[in-house]
Amino acid sequence: MKTLREAKVGQTVQVVKLHGEGAVKRRIMDMGITRGTTVYVRKVAPLGDPIEVTVRGYELSLRKADAGMIETE
Amino acid sequence: MNLRIALAGNPNVGKTTLFNALTGSNQFIGNWPGVTVEKKEGKLKRYEGITVTDLPGIYSLSPYTPEEVVARNYLTQERPDAILNIVDGTNLERNLYLTTQLTELGIPVVIAVNMMDLLRRNGDRLDTAKLSERLGCRVVEISALRGTGINEAAEAAVEAAQIGQTVPMHTFSGPVEHALAHIEEVTVHHLPPQRQRWYAVKLFERDEQVRKQLNLTPETEQHIEADIAAAEREMDDDAESIITNERYLYIADVLKGCYHKKQTSRMTVSDRIDRVVTNRIAALPIFAAIMFLVYYIAVSTVGTFVTDWTNDGLFGDGWHLFGIGSTAYEEATDAYAEQSLWSDALYQTVYDAAESGIPGASQLLDAVESRDFGAFAEVYGTYGEALAEAGYDLSATVDPVLEGAPDTADFGVWVPGIPVLIGRFLTFVHCAGWLESLILDGIVGGVGAVLGFVPQMLVLFLLLAFLEACGYMARIAFVMDRIFRRFGLSGKSFIPMLIGTGCGVPGIMASRTIENDRDRKMTIMTTTFIACGAKLPIVTLIATALFGGTWWVAPSAYFLGVAAIVISGIILKKTRLFSGDPAPFVMELPAYHLPTVGNLVRSMWERGSSFIRKAGTIILLASVFIWVTSSFGVVDGKFLFDSGMDLENSLLGMVGGVISVLFVPLGFGTVKATVATVMGLVAKEEVVGVFGVLDFESMTRIAAYSFLIFNLLCAPCFAAIGAIRREMNSAKWTWFAIGYQCVFAYVISLIVYQLGMLFSGRGNVPGAVAAFLAAAVLIFLLVRPARARTKRAEVCE
Repeated sequence: MKTLREAKVGQTVQVVKLHGEGAVKRRIMDMGITRGTTVYVRKVAPLGDPIEVTVRGYELSLRKADAGMIETE
Repeated sequence: MNLRIALAGNPNVGKTTLFNALTGSNQFIGNWPGVTVEKKEGKLKRYEGITVTDLPGIYSLSPYTPEEVVARNYLTQERPDAILNIVDGTNLERNLYLTTQLTELGIPVVIAVNMMDLLRRNGDRLDTAKLSERLGCRVVEISALRGTGINEAAEAAVEAAQIGQTVPMHTFSGPVEHALAHIEEVTVHHLPPQRQRWYAVKLFERDEQVRKQLNLTPETEQHIEADIAAAEREMDDDAESIITNERYLYIADVLKGCYHKKQTSRMTVSDRIDRVVTNRIAALPIFAAIMFLVYYIAVSTVGTFVTDWTNDGLFGDGWHLFGIGSTAYEEATDAYAEQSLWSDALYQTVYDAAESGIPGASQLLDAVESRDFGAFAEVYGTYGEALAEAGYDLSATVDPVLEGAPDTADFGVWVPGIPVLIGRFLTFVHCAGWLESLILDGIVGGVGAVLGFVPQMLVLFLLLAFLEACGYMARIAFVMDRIFRRFGLSGKSFIPMLIGTGCGVPGIMASRTIENDRDRKMTIMTTTFIACGAKLPIVTLIATALFGGTWWVAPSAYFLGVAAIVISGIILKKTRLFSGDPAPFVMELPAYHLPTVGNLVRSMWERGSSFIRKAGTIILLASVFIWVTSSFGVVDGKFLFDSGMDLENSLLGMVGGVISVLFVPLGFGTVKATVATVMGLVAKEEVVGVFGVLDFESMTRIAAYSFLIFNLLCAPCFAAIGAIRREMNSAKWTWFAIGYQCVFAYVISLIVYQLGMLFSGRGNVPGAVAAFLAAAVLIFLLVRPARARTKRAEVCE
């Protein structure tokens, strides 16, 4: 399974499915990362985590561990 | 006419600016019950009897964060007459997501599209008339920053509240609608039709809170569970995902045809700033530079300057108006000291004292060598007695000189301090001695202690407001998250701790910038472990008096503070209070923009005044309490009042004598050390005042170091306790924080003292056993596995 975690900086990926449950998953969805959304990976924080992505026209940061729950094409 | 309008919207969309524009200065700020979330209400300008409630900035009405829970409880239980929903025109998709949830509540909604000017400048187009038609509610264009469209928005909201026309429901896909209809039928059919929708959707999402609230029977639960499961099977996804997906699909559908985004690859200004500021290589140096600047302005320069003025001028002897006369005064004292103070004999005595390592003598020698009269008088005041007792009596030459020194009031425009003025007045009206002491030492001293922090805090709050409003604060969390999350803290905890090295009070107040409740509580609890400015005299004194100024004592104090934070973070993270799902770090990085001066000043003033009101009360009461217990006591078998009595004879001293037993295992179980520790609650530098240089010299090094550890880590001063109370917004949490700090300090001191004694061959069996036990418990708490992730129901409690 490929996830957002593995996506390289500068890459644009499409979301297939969200795994996991509870607060984190709901929060990710509330922030606009849902099935079929395109996500552009902008950068990685200076210490290697978290990452910054562009989704639905705005900037969002999330931890790599959480990005691992987002299955991509 | 009594109408209530709720203002709702995402964070960073200009909600606060709009709220200020709607209500002006007519605001009441408090807290939502039970949580640390701020609640703001105000009266709508130009209207009679209309209350505007500013809901916390939220992205959704999910049950996971305190902000969201507060907002939805208010909306569903208090039911305002209308919702004014502010959305960011440059980020419509995500902003309308909250709108789709608000419109289901059965409350009239008016949408205010903010940042329309920015939207047009970007070359995008939004047809608000069409948007209004598609959503079925009024849409008003505004620019909160420029103040355009505010009146129209207010008018539309009032009108909507009066008419009470609710928004027509958008529909989900077939299988979902089927399930929703069933759920409405079996659970909430007794409610008015327009209010059923929200409950049905929440039940479909398996929202625990709504389930509990509706008190469903097991049969009903089973029944709707079957409906949900059927829809899930058909849609091949879980219920929560289905609803979220469909909301976003609906928004995309609504926006099609009324919103056109100009396709550009051009980088915005914000993008360019961000490219530098969070650059992989440059980010950390820039971060360090900005932090240095914040510290330098808030703590080192402006902060110290205004704080000194408040403490020594306004609440001290007085000050020279605009500095007029200060130079003349200094010249006069220099000339005076030149004539009557500096002498070879004085130099020789001080030199000898410094040679034999008497504490304070080297500082005195510096002052003599540089012929600095002010510094000399200050150091002499602190250490004069110690020098005399060590056989270097300077009083015969120095005291008459100090008494005859020129008077500050004779130069320039001298403004006496408040205590001086009140003192004069009290003498004038022949006030009783004890009352004068209560007023001057107890109350004015206490008020002074509160207000002394205010100027520095205002400077800090202004800087924080700027960092928050311009968008950099979110980047701090982004940059520092990796380090801090290991200890259950947020990247934003860095600022409170940095400020805490100067003073814990503004440090604790700075924790307000952390959104997550648990991270914030943890930060509040651990910030005062850092050695603040007032603890430094204790460190310096022990380092010079007992360790001959060894280099490692002072750094060890800071190391200890950081270690205490790390250890506490790890231990507390695993307790029930802080366990549960880790705080989701899914955070918007808002576009950079220049904040308005008005908003910054308002934010600064709100935080500053809430400190004065909430923390001030505690500080004042505590100051009076300490004044009473230290000025009444028993001397020669008689109970009497004496503001200058020896602490040992006072009520405070007696209590100290009783609790001093507690400190025997830590090596400093004497009355004086105990009283010094208690006085440390007034202000940490008081420890040095009570527990003079000579008292330390009778202690062993290990005992003195244990004393140092305890005083660095235990409950902070009353001012900081007041700040903790203010920020925790709960007496229970405040006591827990204070209690934890004291127990932690005790355990660490115990381990260090008893093991230190053991390894230096003076140990005793019970002590060593206790120390090993304490160390074992500490290590167990550190390495035990974290509690299993708890169910979400527990998290939102």
